[in-house]
Amino acid sequence: MARALYIHWPFCLAKCPYCDFNSHVRDRIDVEIWRKSLHCDLRHEAELASGERLESIFFGGGTPSLMAPELVSTLLEEAERLWGFAPGIEITLEANPSSVEASKFKDLAAAGVNRVSLGLQSLDDDALRFLGRLHDSSEGLSALSTAQNAFSRVTFDLIYALPGQTPEQWQRMLERALSFGTSHLSLYQLTIEPGTRFATMVRQGNFTPLDDDAAADLFTLTREITAAAGLPAYEISNHARPREESRHNLTYWRYGDYVGIGPGAHGRRGGKATVRHKKPENWLSAIESQGHGIAEERVLGLNEQASEALLMGLRLAEGIDLQALSARFGIAPDALVDQARLNFYSAQGLVKKQGPRIIVTEAGMPLLDALLGELVPADLVTA
Amino acid sequence: MTELSQIRNFSIIAHIDHGKSTLADRLIQFTGGLTDREMSEQVLDNMDIERERGITIKAQTVRLSYTAKDGVTYELNLMDTPGHVDFAYEVSRSLAACEGALLVVDAAQGVEAQTLANVYQSIEHDHEIVPVINKIDLPAAEPEKVRAEIEDIIGIDASEAVLASAKSGIGIAEVLEAVVQKIPAPKGDREAPLKAMLVDSWYDPYLGVVILVRVIDGVIKKGLQVKFMQGGTQHLIDRVGCFTPKRIELPELGPGEIGFITAQIKEVEQAKVGDTITTVKGGATEALPGYKEVQPVVFCGLFPVDAADFEKLRESIGKLRLNDASFSFEMESSAALGFGFRCGFLGLLHLEIIQERLTREYDLDLITTAPSVVYRIQLRASKTEDAQEIFLHNPADYPDPSRIETIEEPWIKATIYTPDEYLGSILKLCQDRRGIQTDLTYVGGRAQVSYELPLNEVVFDFYDRLKSISRGYASFDYEQIGMREGDLVKMGIMVNGDPVDALSMIVHRSVAEERGRHMCERLKDLIPRHLFKIPIQAAIGGKVIARETISAMRKDVTAKCYGGDITRKKKLLEKQKKGKAKMREYGNVSIPQEAFIAALRMGEE
Ligand SMILES: Nc1nc2c(ncn2[C@@H]2O[C@H](COP(=O)(O)OP(=O)(O)O)[C@@H](O)[C@H]2O)c(=O)[nH]1
Ligand SMILES: [Mg+2]
Repeated sequence: MARALYIHWPFCLAKCPYCDFNSHVRDRIDVEIWRKSLHCDLRHEAELASGERLESIFFGGGTPSLMAPELVSTLLEEAERLWGFAPGIEITLEANPSSVEASKFKDLAAAGVNRVSLGLQSLDDDALRFLGRLHDSSEGLSALSTAQNAFSRVTFDLIYALPGQTPEQWQRMLERALSFGTSHLSLYQLTIEPGTRFATMVRQGNFTPLDDDAAADLFTLTREITAAAGLPAYEISNHARPREESRHNLTYWRYGDYVGIGPGAHGRRGGKATVRHKKPENWLSAIESQGHGIAEERVLGLNEQASEALLMGLRLAEGIDLQALSARFGIAPDALVDQARLNFYSAQGLVKKQGPRIIVTEAGMPLLDALLGELVPADLVTA
Repeated sequence: MTELSQIRNFSIIAHIDHGKSTLADRLIQFTGGLTDREMSEQVLDNMDIERERGITIKAQTVRLSYTAKDGVTYELNLMDTPGHVDFAYEVSRSLAACEGALLVVDAAQGVEAQTLANVYQSIEHDHEIVPVINKIDLPAAEPEKVRAEIEDIIGIDASEAVLASAKSGIGIAEVLEAVVQKIPAPKGDREAPLKAMLVDSWYDPYLGVVILVRVIDGVIKKGLQVKFMQGGTQHLIDRVGCFTPKRIELPELGPGEIGFITAQIKEVEQAKVGDTITTVKGGATEALPGYKEVQPVVFCGLFPVDAADFEKLRESIGKLRLNDASFSFEMESSAALGFGFRCGFLGLLHLEIIQERLTREYDLDLITTAPSVVYRIQLRASKTEDAQEIFLHNPADYPDPSRIETIEEPWIKATIYTPDEYLGSILKLCQDRRGIQTDLTYVGGRAQVSYELPLNEVVFDFYDRLKSISRGYASFDYEQIGMREGDLVKMGIMVNGDPVDALSMIVHRSVAEERGRHMCERLKDLIPRHLFKIPIQAAIGGKVIARETISAMRKDVTAKCYGGDITRKKKLLEKQKKGKAKMREYGNVSIPQEAFIAALRMGEE
């Protein structure tokens, strides 16, 4: 059962033009109601849990660094009371690199947060403006150094493959990013998601996204540079020194169970998928009326679970253990991965077999979505 | 039964959109065939496809009852005929059933090419032509100019042309009066042995096969035992009637009349267009002239996209065939496409119509292979087999080339009418299609050009190309003129090294390379990038004559994927799988269904 807990804080000061996450901008937030409601959502899940202690907690958003440290603190106390904490528990919080938020880092650390994920997004002021960020690069860097003093583990996000970005520009930024000495980096290619402001802008011809060929080159370059610096990719967009991976996120990719509370949070609980009400107001009233924020709780068939495990697991450099999945879901290995295609794409050098494991190669990673479409048999997907 | 002198049989001929259907509707309305409430737009085109495309596929007749200024009530039979070369034979039978035609010309557009093609056919049947200048309500109408054009270009007297607006109901009475006054009454002998021409037939789920007839001599009535002189079958007439356009039963049809009969016939195949119907006892000895056995001239394979739909396809084709004996089908199996049918059609439009009806009315997703004509091949004797003659209409059955002595292909004589500004491009088109010019004449701003062309150059998209380069103004008619020997080869297409049988075709050696290159370029655009690079080749025998390469996909990955994102990611995968189900696999390459159809439209260069 779940040893990972995700808490969603849905509010932001402004909506970023590339972001399609569940985030909302509100003038006023009644902290007391939110505290009570999040506690309520927590208790609902804890009652259904099987007594295992938590190994990771992740505050995501939205912008959870906008939460009052006291709120973070009471949530952590409540979670510990309900589940108990395993020794060395990883508690991550996503933070905006603004000076206001940096001033809370000490208190957040005192509340129990021991890992912070900073949304730097770029080290270049023009790029930050393009991305609609409220901070500039010097404010971002000073937040980074405050964070490095306050927390034992720090990671930050950068977005690359921006329109017109050259390999030289990106290489310079990436090398600079590595020089700050964090043990973890999340490096995302800019993708234009439906429903975002960027999607509208692209449609209206305000800018043209970098083409796939150029983006593919930057992807390869990223993996070469980070590997050489000792932070190889352990997932499509995540890089870390060995044992400095995000344990919480590894739970998703290894398809372990996780509890997700707060607006729009997803969870996996013993073969069931839970989804909470997305809109903050709806989530609040669901808590009020039913004692939890769940909008949908659905039993996942074994086929569906297997397909999820595959599409998450193959994102990892370690790949998947076919035999273990086969045992877990009671599905024959050939029914999990199309063997003929596996052989075909192995010969093409896009995947490889390593003992019981199937691993997507460096060449295959930038093509993963298409590759999944080839390798995962149709009847696993459309069950 | 109506006195011969009180009958008028006529058709309406017009260039597309000049108002044929609207005028027909007005005539029906004016004579009270339908109340205003019953009138739906364009009563006569009753198949969906006919309405959408504005073309008539089946002949239709309406009987109108009109009391003229002379106080006499006339029976007017209005015949709407298909206007496409694919159905040239059906048209000729419909025209043969009439004594005259209304020539509808748009007062703003004037005489156009299709007007000419149709009017000449009508003249060939000795029709009295009544010009109607339509759309005089339009501000741009120039009736006097159009009147002069009709006289100059067509060469008929238009001094008494009726000025009309079918849309606003102007001149409708005058049109009817002109029909009565100008078009001759039919001739015929009531006492002579029965002779009725089978004009068209169709299947009705309640009545069985309904046959449209024009009685020449004698009388046809319920209870009569008749025989079809060409088909050789005998039937008992159980219903006689006409359409007003409502179906009405009558005691009998006499000489000169047009109407329908039923005789408990189950398949339209037994009721061949152009056949002569006579009585079993004391019947006519000589059949009516002009009968032809129609033969499919274009063949293609039809395969279900989903192999599980094969039975449904078989059933649906069977049902369509009940209503259309002019296409043929037999089972075919293809390495790539599985089980399907090899079907023969009267032409490309006919092919498209059948394909569209299967898709639409029977809800089938189909793959259509390259259309082919029928080739005659003389094979040399081999060690194990004798010399023989074979007929080939499927490139997949192309024999071992070393055994081929000669291949012959069907040729046609095409007649094209066009405003002369398009003549240059049309001559080039015919030249590119291996055409041999046999005649070229000018008639006041228009040209009439005749070409001999190999039919296989025409079946692809000749008609579409002709329409597009002449902006719809050129019209085209053809007749078959027999088989001629040609240097024909089978061109195969290979995708990633695997032959795609559905795309192979028989072409003349002189155009093979160009066709091959064109096909490869087309496919390059139509097949999406894959995870590996894909060579596309055109080859004759083992020799590659053209090639293109689709480069490999470089990037397709979701950058951000955490817990909550799984649902989205899964949807993507589901969509991918659904898309794949609509494709065909050739050596790990998925070819979208549209690619087959689009690749074969050699069209828009
Ligand atoms: N203004 C005007 N439009 C007409 C007239 N007759 C037909 N139309 C329009 O011309 C178009 C083509 O008419 P239709 O009867 O379908 O032509 P068809 O292709 O010859 O059958 C339609 O939009 C009609 O409404 C007319 O007398 N005046
Ligand atoms: Mg019409």
